[in-house]
Amino acid sequence: MTTDYRKITRDGLWDNNVVFTQMLALCPLMAITTTATNGLGMGLAVIAVLVASNLIISSCRNIITQEVRIPVFVLLIATLVTLADMIINAWLHELYKVLGLFIPLIVVNCSVLGRAEAFASQQPVPASILDGFMMGLGYTLVLVLLGGCREILGSATLFANASLLLGQSFAFLEITLIPNYKGFLLMLLPPGGFLVLGFLLAGKRVLDKYLQDKKARVSISVNTDAQSSRASA
Amino acid sequence: MPTQLFQPGYRQQLGYHTLLLGGFALLTSTALGVANRLTHADIAKRLAEDLQVTLQQVIPNSFYDNNLATDTVTIKSADKETIAYRARREGQVRAVSYQVTGNGYGGTSIVLIIGVDHNGTLLGVRAVSHAETPGLGDKIETSKSNWIMSFNGRSLSNPQPDGWAVKKDGGVFDQFTGATITPRAVVRAVKGGLEFFATHRAELLDERAIVLAPATPASPTLASPVESTQRPNHS
Repeated sequence: MTTDYRKITRDGLWDNNVVFTQMLALCPLMAITTTATNGLGMGLAVIAVLVASNLIISSCRNIITQEVRIPVFVLLIATLVTLADMIINAWLHELYKVLGLFIPLIVVNCSVLGRAEAFASQQPVPASILDGFMMGLGYTLVLVLLGGCREILGSATLFANASLLLGQSFAFLEITLIPNYKGFLLMLLPPGGFLVLGFLLAGKRVLDKYLQDKKARVSISVNTDAQSSRASA
Repeated sequence: MPTQLFQPGYRQQLGYHTLLLGGFALLTSTALGVANRLTHADIAKRLAEDLQVTLQQVIPNSFYDNNLATDTVTIKSADKETIAYRARREGQVRAVSYQVTGNGYGGTSIVLIIGVDHNGTLLGVRAVSHAETPGLGDKIETSKSNWIMSFNGRSLSNPQPDGWAVKKDGGVFDQFTGATITPRAVVRAVKGGLEFFATHRAELLDERAIVLAPATPASPTLASPVESTQRPNHS
């Protein structure tokens, strides 16, 4: 049995997306996506922790028994997050000032435990690493998308303070769409997060349905073509 | 790809589970302990640098030639301890800096750091941390608005005590559009900070020759700047 890496990638990014399909990790999502930059920062931290936790849990999967797996996973994830917090604080302090807020939030991000339980505890190491990365990337995409929408509507900027997170060379990302914008406070508060997420979810459903219908129509027309050619022959 | 095809019998026993969980707890706590030892000193250094940067914002560097972050005095008042950082020049305390806390919107804390010179005049106020509404109350941050600069040069006699309020309440300080609670809390906290200075002036300024005050309870009066505290100096 071979591992279907393409399926893992598709699942992580779209079909089984952490937010859009699994509906996990919504609490940190609502809390920090007031700007696209915040979303990106949180996303990067989640990718790192997901990959590390999937890697460790997958490599220990044969010695961890069913009965004590949950406390072991929780221990490992909490340790990883704390280690990340300490290391970034000590040696990447500038980044910590921007990301510091998000790192403890990863502990309450149930997608990490979710992937450990649903994937890494049953799959070989390379597949688990890919799954962690793709799930993290899928989460990051949603974070940036939601953060971007809320930021544009709420304060008419995009990627504000990106240079603090990524370094001065990324200052070009910072865009002010409307100077002297008065601000649309609702979008920056949690209700705005729920509203935008609702629209994004609806959008994904519509798009999925459209793609499905198109696929169905194509296969029907192929069938009828085949039939008509057989009839004429 | 199912993994647990083969499960040896010992794995089903209680002892194995206990050892497994205990083993992981030992491993993870060792990892944390080692990481803490490795990063502890660096983290402390970074925090000290951050403190230094904050202090430099509220005390101009012409006021001191010492290390602000290490020259401290702890003052115990009724309910809490305040750590004050002293700015000395040629051994004399020229200014002090300490944190004050205000009650922001919804009862959350607004932590401010203020710098006061030896006459009780404000050199600077900065918000250290707060949970005010984004877009409304967060104008107390220097990155959003320079409102907080309006405290520079103020003291308990400038304006007079009844002027220490936002304009809406008859005072001299601007409120922001749509947000009164936050500026009101900040004004009150800064005033409280200046009263704290007036009360603990001798300790804060490290004045060895303490002027004996009348045996009345310490009150934050403005008239006599050197007064009240007869406590032993903690420095």
